[in-house]
Amino acid sequence: MNDLIGVVDWSRAQFALTAMYHWLFVPLTIGLALIVAIMETIYVRTGNERWKNITKFWMTLFGINFAVGVATGLILEFEFGTNWSNYSWFVGDIFGAPLAIEGIVAFFMEATFVAVMFFGWNKVSKGFHLASSWLTAVGVCLSAMWILIANAWMQYPVGMKFDPAQMRNVMDDFFAVALSPVAVNKFFHAVACSWVLGGVFVLGVSSWLMLKRRNIEVAKDSIKVGSVVGLVGILATCYTGHGSAVVVSEVQPMKLAAMEGLYEGSVGQSIVAFGVLKPDAEKTPDDPMLFSIDIPKGLSYLIYADGDSFVPGINDLIAGRTITAEGDTVYGQSYEEKMALGMNVRKALADYGMAKKTGDEAAMKAAADAVAKDFDNFGYGYLESPEDAVPPVGMSFYAFHIMVYAGGLLLLVLLVTVWFAWYRSRYLEKTWFCVIGILSVAAAWICGEAGWVLAEVGRQPWVIQNLMPTNAAISGIQPSSVQLTFWIFALVFTALLIAEVSIMLRYISRASKSDIATNH
Amino acid sequence: MLQAYWWLLIAVLGAALVFLLFVQGGQSMLLCKGSDIERRLMVGSLGRKWELTYTTLVVFGGAFFASFPLFYSTSFGGAYWLWMLILLSFVLQAVSYEFRSRKGNIYGTGVYDFFLAFNGLFGCVLLGVAVAMLFFGGEFTVVRDNILNPAAPVISQWAPTHGLEAIVCWKNLLLGFAVFYLARTLAALYFINDIGGEPSFTAHMRKRVFTNGLVFAVLFVAFLVVLLTATGLRFVDGSFVAEPYIYLHNLLSYWYLAVILLLGVVAVLYAIFRTTFSKTWRGGIWFAGFGVAGVVCVLFLIAGYGGTAYLPSLTDQQSSLTIANSSSSEFTLTTMSYVSILIPFVLAYIAYVWAKMNAKPLTAEEVEQDAH
Repeated sequence: MNDLIGVVDWSRAQFALTAMYHWLFVPLTIGLALIVAIMETIYVRTGNERWKNITKFWMTLFGINFAVGVATGLILEFEFGTNWSNYSWFVGDIFGAPLAIEGIVAFFMEATFVAVMFFGWNKVSKGFHLASSWLTAVGVCLSAMWILIANAWMQYPVGMKFDPAQMRNVMDDFFAVALSPVAVNKFFHAVACSWVLGGVFVLGVSSWLMLKRRNIEVAKDSIKVGSVVGLVGILATCYTGHGSAVVVSEVQPMKLAAMEGLYEGSVGQSIVAFGVLKPDAEKTPDDPMLFSIDIPKGLSYLIYADGDSFVPGINDLIAGRTITAEGDTVYGQSYEEKMALGMNVRKALADYGMAKKTGDEAAMKAAADAVAKDFDNFGYGYLESPEDAVPPVGMSFYAFHIMVYAGGLLLLVLLVTVWFAWYRSRYLEKTWFCVIGILSVAAAWICGEAGWVLAEVGRQPWVIQNLMPTNAAISGIQPSSVQLTFWIFALVFTALLIAEVSIMLRYISRASKSDIATNH
Repeated sequence: MLQAYWWLLIAVLGAALVFLLFVQGGQSMLLCKGSDIERRLMVGSLGRKWELTYTTLVVFGGAFFASFPLFYSTSFGGAYWLWMLILLSFVLQAVSYEFRSRKGNIYGTGVYDFFLAFNGLFGCVLLGVAVAMLFFGGEFTVVRDNILNPAAPVISQWAPTHGLEAIVCWKNLLLGFAVFYLARTLAALYFINDIGGEPSFTAHMRKRVFTNGLVFAVLFVAFLVVLLTATGLRFVDGSFVAEPYIYLHNLLSYWYLAVILLLGVVAVLYAIFRTTFSKTWRGGIWFAGFGVAGVVCVLFLIAGYGGTAYLPSLTDQQSSLTIANSSSSEFTLTTMSYVSILIPFVLAYIAYVWAKMNAKPLTAEEVEQDAH
């Protein structure tokens, strides 16, 4: 059992490490791909060589970043097999499909046309090169779409049924998987967030150029494009973020409670605008905050568009408690009851196996029916106590709030930047604004990473919501093996990140000393 | 039927991957003796194609996951170290082309060239070992009911060595090194096709085609002898039974596969010999490429068709994997089959772009200019 826990913890750490590094590079790839394609379009439409050289400048930065994103992505895909082998069998029938489609539809598109982007300037026509840049931008979005569909399915498993004969889930509705509300929100949220990072990255680098008084006109023109992409991105991020929260309240109410640090829900639930959780908040569920600034009825209004609605807290969900519109307290299924149902399903599955061995078809059918009836609670059968179904509250709470603060800041910065870039360009050169532009890059990265921490930590202990806890999803390997690969990857990814940053800084510095617009 | 179709697609992807390993073969030459300009030409040439190999590997994994999830679960989770070493080598490759000649890359060009060479050697050999396991098996068990036990829920259990035992198995290594020398042969053929204006470099590559091709031919013949005399497992009447010469039997049962194998081998040998003895012929890569693709397809197909265990268990015969007991459901395979209709379009645009980008031979001047 200790080995099991060790493998689970190290496998989670390894996956988190890979995913977090991956998400440092991927959103920049998605965002810059769009910006580069727009810049090249300006070049092709105007025929102005200046825009060609500006495009090449940003394309080089895109290329430096692209490689590391590709590298970390490979590990992520294969880790489902190497570290989560039980998961791969239990839901591979559903989960594998988006990954394969991602490869066939998106990866080849990226790999083929990115080579034309980099090496095709003198080999293909202007139009074909431009098409390649756009196809690369589309390819990276398609790639994101399929992996996000896969991730969304883990959070909201739909379009499948359990097959007791094979002891696994099988897909029965592809479109339910591909078009689930979680998937749709997640895709637009993540891609829009990537556009924000791309836009803010352009703003940050351009601000540095202006701070150094080099290539000022190039910087201003770049900001014009980048800030618009960023602003569109942040508006879409806010809209889809709200949509995501509403969907979370329906399909993962425990995550919503954790991200608000809400133990005891209420009618007209307030939202924490700013606050600090008590270290042992679970012991004082009525007053979990050390201090906080609340917006009265904010959470009820945001989630249900009704300031008087009831939002359940962690303890309400565990107890199955809710308060109706009439103010009555009603008890539904508690987590303890769900655990009992989950264990019943396990027992029915064991009965199914016995009946299959003896060829008793009537008993097999009875057992299969029992499994189907309560399968929605299968995962609860693995829990030792109802509290095991509560995610790390502190991490979810702070990740959510950091994401919101960073997102709010970026909205403000991008609004101002667009205004400056298009109507008051002299302000872009002000030192204070350049500093804000550079610091915004960090805010965009923090925002994205915090979002993923919330998405993945907030859904614990489930690897598949309600169906499979993380500790049942693992491979049969020794903790020491995973520990070793964790440190190897930590070392390699960190070394690559340092190299990437160093190369980027050196390139920007060197290019800034020349005339980027004329490439001399 | 659907399972057979998807095994065929896996075979085609595997074949494409082995052909595209010419990138790794070329990388393995980077640390060999040669001038700096030759090294830059090789990197410049491979740098335009490495992503195709990499992507094919990713798609190969994704397609395996979607169509045969029990293989994904058993082999990847079981032969942990084998796959992790493969992945590590490819991670190091992915950044090296972009970083090696960039200022500020911290570790120096030599380190990135070492990464490329490391991927060139280990990527080829270990992928060969992984494919060889489809014939010579692994030490694992599969007990699906384990998932009902919260204390020990893992259904696929592998030997504690987790893939290291496969790496030191001489039969697996035989194929591993055959793949390595094949990749080097293909790389030399590709350089001859892609790089122009460097007669001494081309002449050097023609010699390499011969020497590497010769070693490959010897290793491959030895592998074929071992394979065709091997005993495998076949699923008959509800259980697995050992069958001597199973792959030879499969080859004879599917006679057209034997013909493709033969034609493939002849095409590869033709490419090697004509390239070696001609001073001007540059088309060897295509003969060798199609030959290799045909041979690899056949190897995959005789591993999986006819109820053959494509991943035999050396620990518990009845845990072995066939395309029937390890596949996705009919619904998923059908859905994925619709998606597979896109594959010809994908191949078409790859071929179109390849033709456009390789229309003129790569020159040293172009490599110098392409500091994108």
